[in-house]
Amino acid sequence: MDVLVCVKRVPVTGGRISLTEDEQDIDTRYLGFTVSPHEECAVEESVRLVEAYGGSSTVLTLGPAAAEEQLRDAMAMGANRAVLLEADGAEWDAGATAAAIARVIGDHRHAGVAYDLLLFGNESADSGGYQVGVRVAHLLDLPSVTGVKQLEILDGTAVARREGPDGFEIFEVRLPAVVTVKEGINLPRYPSIPGRLRAKKAIVERIQPERAKPGLEKLRLRLPQGRDKQAEILGDGAAGVERAVEVLRQIGVMPS
Amino acid sequence: MIAGLVEHDGGVVSEPSLQMLTLGRRLAERLGVPLAALVIGSEARSAMDGLAAYGVSAVHHAADDRLDRYAPGAWAASIVDLITRARPSAVLAAGTDRGNEVMAHVGARMGLPVAANCTEVEPGDPGHQYLVTRLRWGGSLLEEARLHGAVKLLTVAPHAVQAEEGPAAGGWSVEEFSPALQDKDFRVQVARQEGRPPGKVSLPEARVVVGGGRGVGSPEGFAPLEELAELLGGVVGCSRVVTSLGWRPHTDQVGQTGVRIAPDVYIACGISGAIQHMVGAKGAKRIMVINTDPQAPILAHADYAIIGDVQQVVPALVSAIREAKGR
Repeated sequence: MDVLVCVKRVPVTGGRISLTEDEQDIDTRYLGFTVSPHEECAVEESVRLVEAYGGSSTVLTLGPAAAEEQLRDAMAMGANRAVLLEADGAEWDAGATAAAIARVIGDHRHAGVAYDLLLFGNESADSGGYQVGVRVAHLLDLPSVTGVKQLEILDGTAVARREGPDGFEIFEVRLPAVVTVKEGINLPRYPSIPGRLRAKKAIVERIQPERAKPGLEKLRLRLPQGRDKQAEILGDGAAGVERAVEVLRQIGVMPS
Repeated sequence: MIAGLVEHDGGVVSEPSLQMLTLGRRLAERLGVPLAALVIGSEARSAMDGLAAYGVSAVHHAADDRLDRYAPGAWAASIVDLITRARPSAVLAAGTDRGNEVMAHVGARMGLPVAANCTEVEPGDPGHQYLVTRLRWGGSLLEEARLHGAVKLLTVAPHAVQAEEGPAAGGWSVEEFSPALQDKDFRVQVARQEGRPPGKVSLPEARVVVGGGRGVGSPEGFAPLEELAELLGGVVGCSRVVTSLGWRPHTDQVGQTGVRIAPDVYIACGISGAIQHMVGAKGAKRIMVINTDPQAPILAHADYAIIGDVQQVVPALVSAIREAKGR
């Protein structure tokens, strides 16, 4: 089973976001980078599937040259191959991103690599467009299931569970298919030392895609309104407990 | 016209859909065009009645029994059918799992952009772009963007707009239609459903949530938090670090990629306050923090704070509540 996983490099934002002066981006001068949480689980899922059924896991990202770091992280977790769609610094909207990804998948197919399963995160942590996976599926004429929290492969059929309005919804689709996953589908492993060493030396396929004109054009970012609160300090250590009980009584949640 | 995809559960319109219609009505008023609703499935009839109060003047009912079991491609095909026949200038859906999924399909089919989770929409001149404000980072950041496309496709972020009834529009019509559907539109469809196992109060509905972060120290460290939650009739939640460490199941995780809570009080223990966690707790009416670090980012979100070690403060709080209860 050959699996392709798509990930996106995003900053580790911590407790507060600051913007660059031109309001086009998050100021990342003091931040590290990672991939969106859903996608980390997608990488883990692909590695588990390959462990169970054989085949290969290929990780792909569209991003700056520095996103090589995230590809190597994924390879350290067990992905076998990596593809970097090296983008300029500009914002790629979902349509442009999906077009570039679908083109690479088509090229790989012509070169003899046909993926059985395309895994995505349900939505990216930063832009949260909820659509790249679905758009890639349409471009390749594949079925897609989104928001998946449990995935089984049975005889070439993906059995996917997700949360619905009244419990869980189960979908069954024939492979090849697109599946977008949510965090919680698994607990991603920590990369092993040999995994890290292997990943360091692995070859990354580099492609320079052309950016389609954006249909959703970012103009500027801004922080939501809402001033910081000044917390009332109830006390230090156990000395704060007495006031806390009073507060809980005021709120009306104390047991009677 | 402006068209809105109305989601309903057994005929009861969902709150996010009413919020979406409220934003849609304001948009329609500014453009001087009618607001129409698209409802799907055989149970939709009872969902229609209340829509006039939200300014809807025309209901388009996709009446095909095959649509009752959710199939994103077929729902999208119904919208595409409506777009082709009625030529709305914009189609809106709620920014729910289904709303975002269906609109992604519509955008993909029609080669149009979709703006997900909008909070504000400024229409341009007819045929021109819209200016939208939308959520990034689960709501920690806002993006202002230009939305292109012959038909504007967007979803409305849940709880960004308060659902409000408005002046009834002149006229009311219900039109049933059978959308052009192909077998392929049903290749992804709910095969079966499973109910949630009945259990204690669920995290999103709990009145009290006691959250634990790295400062709790270990899986066993959650025992006093469990005790505190139980005393207050609440449930335990946690931060992402805690699930990543394997201390608690992911179903307990509060945050952008976990559960969104809305309790009367959120007691956050040993949680630093990453933005991804705090967007999950945005619905909390009050936040009480127990943390050793008075500089932790979570203090900026807190109403009350006890500066101290969770492992000492929580058991002390538990006994104080027990004692107060006995009195």
